[in-house]
Amino acid sequence: MAENASALQLLLTGDPALLAIVRLSLAVSLSAVACAALLGIPLGALLALTRFPGRGAVIVTVNAMMGLPPVMVGLALYLALSRSGPLGSWGLLFTPLAMVAAQTVLVLPIIAALTRQTIEDLWLEYRDELAAMNVGVMGRIGTLVWDARFSLVTAVLAGFGRAAAEVGAVIIVGGNIDGFTRVMTTAIALETSKGSLPLAVGLGVILLAIIIIINTVAWTVRRAGERMSG
Amino acid sequence: MTSITRRLFVAVLALLMPGLADAQDNTIVVASTTSTEDSGLFRHILPLFRAKTGIEVKVVAQGTGQALDTARRGDADVVFVHAKSAEEAFLAQGFGVKRYPVMYNDFVLVGPKKDPAGVAGTKDIVAALKALHDKQISFVSRGDRSGTHLAELALWKAAGIDPAANTGAWYKSIGQGMGAALNTAVALDAYVLSDRGTWLAFGNKSDLDIAVQGDKRLFNQYGVMLVNPQKHPHVKAAAGQQFIDWLVSPEGQRAIADYRINGSQLFYPNAQDPSA
Repeated sequence: MAENASALQLLLTGDPALLAIVRLSLAVSLSAVACAALLGIPLGALLALTRFPGRGAVIVTVNAMMGLPPVMVGLALYLALSRSGPLGSWGLLFTPLAMVAAQTVLVLPIIAALTRQTIEDLWLEYRDELAAMNVGVMGRIGTLVWDARFSLVTAVLAGFGRAAAEVGAVIIVGGNIDGFTRVMTTAIALETSKGSLPLAVGLGVILLAIIIIINTVAWTVRRAGERMSG
Repeated sequence: MTSITRRLFVAVLALLMPGLADAQDNTIVVASTTSTEDSGLFRHILPLFRAKTGIEVKVVAQGTGQALDTARRGDADVVFVHAKSAEEAFLAQGFGVKRYPVMYNDFVLVGPKKDPAGVAGTKDIVAALKALHDKQISFVSRGDRSGTHLAELALWKAAGIDPAANTGAWYKSIGQGMGAALNTAVALDAYVLSDRGTWLAFGNKSDLDIAVQGDKRLFNQYGVMLVNPQKHPHVKAAAGQQFIDWLVSPEGQRAIADYRINGSQLFYPNAQDPSA
């Protein structure tokens, strides 16, 4: 990004470096949330509707994983993806895909845990009706997830918030490479370390604005959907 | 999924894919230091190299110790750092092919303008550090095994002072990069050892200024090495060597010398000096 310019100036003039950073931030975090939702929603629902020994321990573990320190996830993935690590031949370290993987690990427990709670509450409410329908676990999961879809938007948004806001994991597995793996949060960390505090604050404001816009879109879609489905 | 959400999903994916599927060809990863990145040097020289060769250089900026570790693990093709003894150890372990001196600048002792240690304008860095110790005046250390940290430790040793014995008191070891150390010194009204490049480029100088400079012992040499392809076969040796050859060529050396901030030159090329 150009030196001595404010973040707002960069945004208004469509500074290509800034736009690339914003785009990569969205690409990485939205991809991670999509992966985590595809895995986490079925997982959470399954956990809500099945009974097995040790279920309580699994639920506690998933809930606790919501507090995974990003820097720990970054370090574990770094060691796995490093050329000297078990997955080194994939050549994924310091790439956006590694960042997606790290954020997926961070977001997955949040979506799974919140889905589990939502579906379990709904299950208690509709238990008798569903039991009368005489469908299997998979059928129940499908029905309940579909019924809870608007509530699950909140779980997905919580996951997105986590992904978009974290810096600890992506800076380790991404390396904050200019024009390749630099995202909003790592750019803020870099500008802070360069002493360009106003630019760092400006980038933070832009990041916050993007998060607000995405939440607004989600809320609007949810409202429209609820109205359509009566 | 309703058709609206499906269309939205497809649109998002289409937007994301080009960002994720970046070509891996003709790019090299250089593990380097925060001083070269934060000072803006790479932003100045890399486009020139790319225009000439078409090779894209991805810089991972870490402290010298961490950058050497990254290279040791095989996660970089080239390592460009500033701690000659650590670089020679890296070579001796067989992780590097050959070390090339590239450029130098110097370290400066930065401190509050009101100069509580009474060292401003002096040239003897060791005497200045002794004064900080005797008067128990706050000093911020990188504490991160970076080139600057190693240089700082060598200077304390020359002064006959063990900073570890004073950790938590006036000696504050923060374990972070140069910029973070300068920000901490600003906040604490403390002294800090910085490379001149990062100091010149630093945007939050506030009430700090250079207190001690010009001592021979503050010399700061940068060197570059190709990671040994015999240790890590995936290293892009040809492209990496091309980058090194360019850095030490007259053209690369001129590009380094041309980088200035507000008229001040940040790095002085010296690839021709075999002893550097």
